[in-house]
Amino acid sequence: MAEMTTVARPNPAISRHAWTLLFIAWLIAAASTLGALFLGEVMHLPACVLCWYQRIFMFPLALILPLGLFPHDARISRYALALAVPGWLIAAFHQLLVAGVIPERIRPCTQGVPCSEKVIEWFGFLTIPLLSLAAFSAIIALISLTFIRGSK
Amino acid sequence: MKQKTMFIVALAVLLVVFVAGTLVYTAKQENPAGAMSEAAVTALGRLHAPMLGPMEAPVVIVEFLDPACGTCAAFYPRLKQIMAANPGKIRLKVRYAPFHTGSDKVVAALEASRKQDKFWPALEALLASQDAWAPNHTPQIELALQQLGGLGLDMDRLRADMMAPEVARVIAQDVADARTLNVTKTPEYFVNGRPLPSFGFEQLTALINEELRGRGSR
Repeated sequence: MAEMTTVARPNPAISRHAWTLLFIAWLIAAASTLGALFLGEVMHLPACVLCWYQRIFMFPLALILPLGLFPHDARISRYALALAVPGWLIAAFHQLLVAGVIPERIRPCTQGVPCSEKVIEWFGFLTIPLLSLAAFSAIIALISLTFIRGSK
Repeated sequence: MKQKTMFIVALAVLLVVFVAGTLVYTAKQENPAGAMSEAAVTALGRLHAPMLGPMEAPVVIVEFLDPACGTCAAFYPRLKQIMAANPGKIRLKVRYAPFHTGSDKVVAALEASRKQDKFWPALEALLASQDAWAPNHTPQIELALQQLGGLGLDMDRLRADMMAPEVARVIAQDVADARTLNVTKTPEYFVNGRPLPSFGFEQLTALINEELRGRGSR
C-alpha cells in the first residue's frame, strides 16, 4: 500500500480481500439457491410468480460467481450486479406486497398462489420474501465493497 | 490453492446439508401421510360444516373452498356430477378457506344464508356468477349479495347475520383447521381423510373411485 502500484496490477492483498467478498457473496447465492430448491422441490411449497422471478436472478449468481473466483476476475462484480440488482428490486417489491403496502390486484388462484400469501413465517417475522430480500441485499453489499477496495 | 480448497469444502458442505435435509424431511413426511395426526383428524371431523348427502354415505369428501377461487368454481359442478353418478354413496362437507382478500365477507354471507336454509343454492349461485362479483379475482361483497337476490332470502336478516359472532366463529374455526391441515391453496379435498396425492380433477376422481371401491380395508 505504501508503494505506488500501477492501476493495471492490483495489490494482491487487496485483491485477496475482494476475492473473499465475492466468495461470501457466492456462499449466500448458493445457500439461497439450494434453500429455494429445498422449499420448492423437497417441501413442495408452491412458488408464486414473483418467487420465480427472484429465482431467475438468484440461481445464475450461484453459477457465475465461481467463474469470477477461479481465476479471480474482478469484472465478475459488474456481471453479478446485473443479476443481483434486478433480483433485489423484485424481492423488495415482493416484500412490500406481503407487508400490504402495495395491494395485489391480479391474483391467480388456479393452481398458483397469490404472492401476498405467507407460506412460511418463522419466529413470527421471517418470511421467504424477507429471506430473499436479505440475501440479495447482502450480495449487493459484498459486491459493491469489491469496487471500493479493489478499484485503485 | 487454499482458495480452491475453501471453495470445494464450502460447496461440499452446502450439498451435504441439502441432501441430509432432504432425507430428514422426507423421512419425517412419510409418517403423517399414513397416519394422520390427532389434530388433523379432529380438524377434519368437525360437525359444524355444511354437508350434502346422506349421513351413512361410505365416502366423505371434505372440501376447503374459497367462493372467489376460479378453480373451486370450475371443480364444483364436476364434483356434483360425480355425486349424482353415485347416489347415496358420497357426502360432501364444505369448509371455508377465504384466501382471497375480501372473501371472508362473502363466506360470512354464505354462512348467513345457511341460517335461512339456503346455503347450497347460495353457494351454487355465487360459484356460477363468480366473474360478476369478483372481477379480477377481487371479491366485492355488494356485488356478491346482488347475486343472492333471486333465492328468496331475507336480505336484511342476512346482512345482520353476517355480523353475528357465531358466523365469525365458524369462519375462524375453518381457517384454523385449514392451517392445521396445511391447506394453502383452494380447492383442497380430503376423501375419507386422504388428501389428493397431487392436484387435479383426475386425481380427485381417482381418489373418490378408490374409496368407493375399497372401503372394506379401512
